[in-house]
Amino acid sequence: MKLVIGIVRPEKANDVLEALFRAEVRGVSLSRVQGHGGELERVETYRGTTVQMGLSDKIRFEIAVSDEFVQPTIDALCEGARTGEVGDGKIFVLPLDQAVRIRTGETDHGAVTPVKG
Amino acid sequence: MSAVPILAAASAVDTGDTAWMLAATALVLMMTPALGLFYAGLVRSKNTLNTFMMSIAAIAIAMVTWALVGYSLAFDGTASLIGGLDHVGLHGVDFAPREGMTIPHLVFMAFQATFCIITTALVSGAVVERMRFGAFLVFAALWSVVVYAVLAHWAFGGGWLAAGGTLDFAGGVPVEMASGFSALAAALVVGARKDYGRQALLPHNAVYVLLGAGLLWFGWFGFNGGSGFSTGNNSVLAFTNTLLTPACSLVTWFVLDLIRGRRVTAIGAATAIIVGCVLITPAGGFVSPGWAMALGFLGALPCYAVIVVRPRTRVDETLDVLAAHGIAGFTGILFIGFVAQAGWNGISDGLLYGNAAQLGDQALAALAAPAYAFGMTFVLLKLIGLVMPLRASEREEALGMDVTYHGEEAYVTGEGAILVVPEDGARIPVPVADPG
Repeated sequence: MKLVIGIVRPEKANDVLEALFRAEVRGVSLSRVQGHGGELERVETYRGTTVQMGLSDKIRFEIAVSDEFVQPTIDALCEGARTGEVGDGKIFVLPLDQAVRIRTGETDHGAVTPVKG
Repeated sequence: MSAVPILAAASAVDTGDTAWMLAATALVLMMTPALGLFYAGLVRSKNTLNTFMMSIAAIAIAMVTWALVGYSLAFDGTASLIGGLDHVGLHGVDFAPREGMTIPHLVFMAFQATFCIITTALVSGAVVERMRFGAFLVFAALWSVVVYAVLAHWAFGGGWLAAGGTLDFAGGVPVEMASGFSALAAALVVGARKDYGRQALLPHNAVYVLLGAGLLWFGWFGFNGGSGFSTGNNSVLAFTNTLLTPACSLVTWFVLDLIRGRRVTAIGAATAIIVGCVLITPAGGFVSPGWAMALGFLGALPCYAVIVVRPRTRVDETLDVLAAHGIAGFTGILFIGFVAQAGWNGISDGLLYGNAAQLGDQALAALAAPAYAFGMTFVLLKLIGLVMPLRASEREEALGMDVTYHGEEAYVTGEGAILVVPEDGARIPVPVADPG
């Protein structure tokens, strides 16, 4: 059981969701984050104030999956988020000690497997 | 505006008329930033400023082209196709009224300028979220002369439509049909946004849309109420009809929304206000208040239909200028042909009151204006496209027009912003947002 964290471009978030649904990965959380990953910094000017924008908006996906779903999840993130330009994002895979489905109290594999039907 | 002075009358300035026209001009100018707000709310947040700026740019560009050449081509002389060049650079435009008018020539020119400005801004709705800002500026400059000034001459300046008897009170021809059908052509030439039809591209702020629509309605009292160039009966009728028709369009829209989705939508309501104002624009000073209400109820139907159908096509006419302005303007122009009443307008009856010829005159305008606007805009953009790219790259489109063309964001937080000190160009890493 792993926690897959994917940080992607906001404009690719819908493509990632589509790819995840195609891979039958159904449990997803996402949040808006700001980060810096080596992309070119944008210069913006507000009246007399010129600034370099060191942070870019990103979307952070958090997906808890059972082991057999780890690779399909990574593949879906790559497929949905890749443009080939600097700034496409990163994927981190972390071990997951425990997962609990609050509604039923199911744990671990049962908790990260979507309910059928 | 049929009341364009052809009769030679004593030309003395009337202070009451002038006072109202000064206020009306300011009201119409306010409509353009209001339109910018309306449009900005309808796009995604990353394109907010660019969309708003297209309207602001129209004020800059169209005002200058109007003063240099547009006004002269529209309002110098009564040749059938296009005006003369005697007023180029505002030559001869001063305090003396135009023939048969009671307001200074300068006020008349300024009032007409605000029409050219908002019409140019209207067309931007077709190409937001992907057209290059520079290419839009060039387009706005040429379009305001080649399309707007010519159609204004036809309908307002004594050109062939006005001379032939077409009634167009405040701009069904040069403003509404011109912008609507030009928008269709512009959408076809510039092409759809890259994610159009594949992803949901949703309005980012419905409150802007409602506020923009409300301010547009407010400004429209100057637009329609000022198009009689006086405080006379036609102006009073148009002013009051501008209250009645949009209210009736709103009712129709509510009902259609309820039938279609069982909910009354806010953005639908904002759209209905615009549609109602457009419907009454050509007809304002010519039809009775009762018929103005009927126009609001009935005229909203074809506009609603086009707004429902258009997004299912491949034509990314993004903010539905065709439906809200082109179709509504077309409907309003034709409606005059049926229900105009000389008892109310002092000029002519329509078909229902025994004058079938009026409907013919209206139909002619309803065919000629869309054909000219669509054709000329199509050719104009194709030509500009030969000289410079019309649209942003896919990458720029993904990043957003605000950052790409303006170097600003509408909703900047300041987090991660590093101040660039201009004196030595050195970059000192002090976060702007740091309260210390």
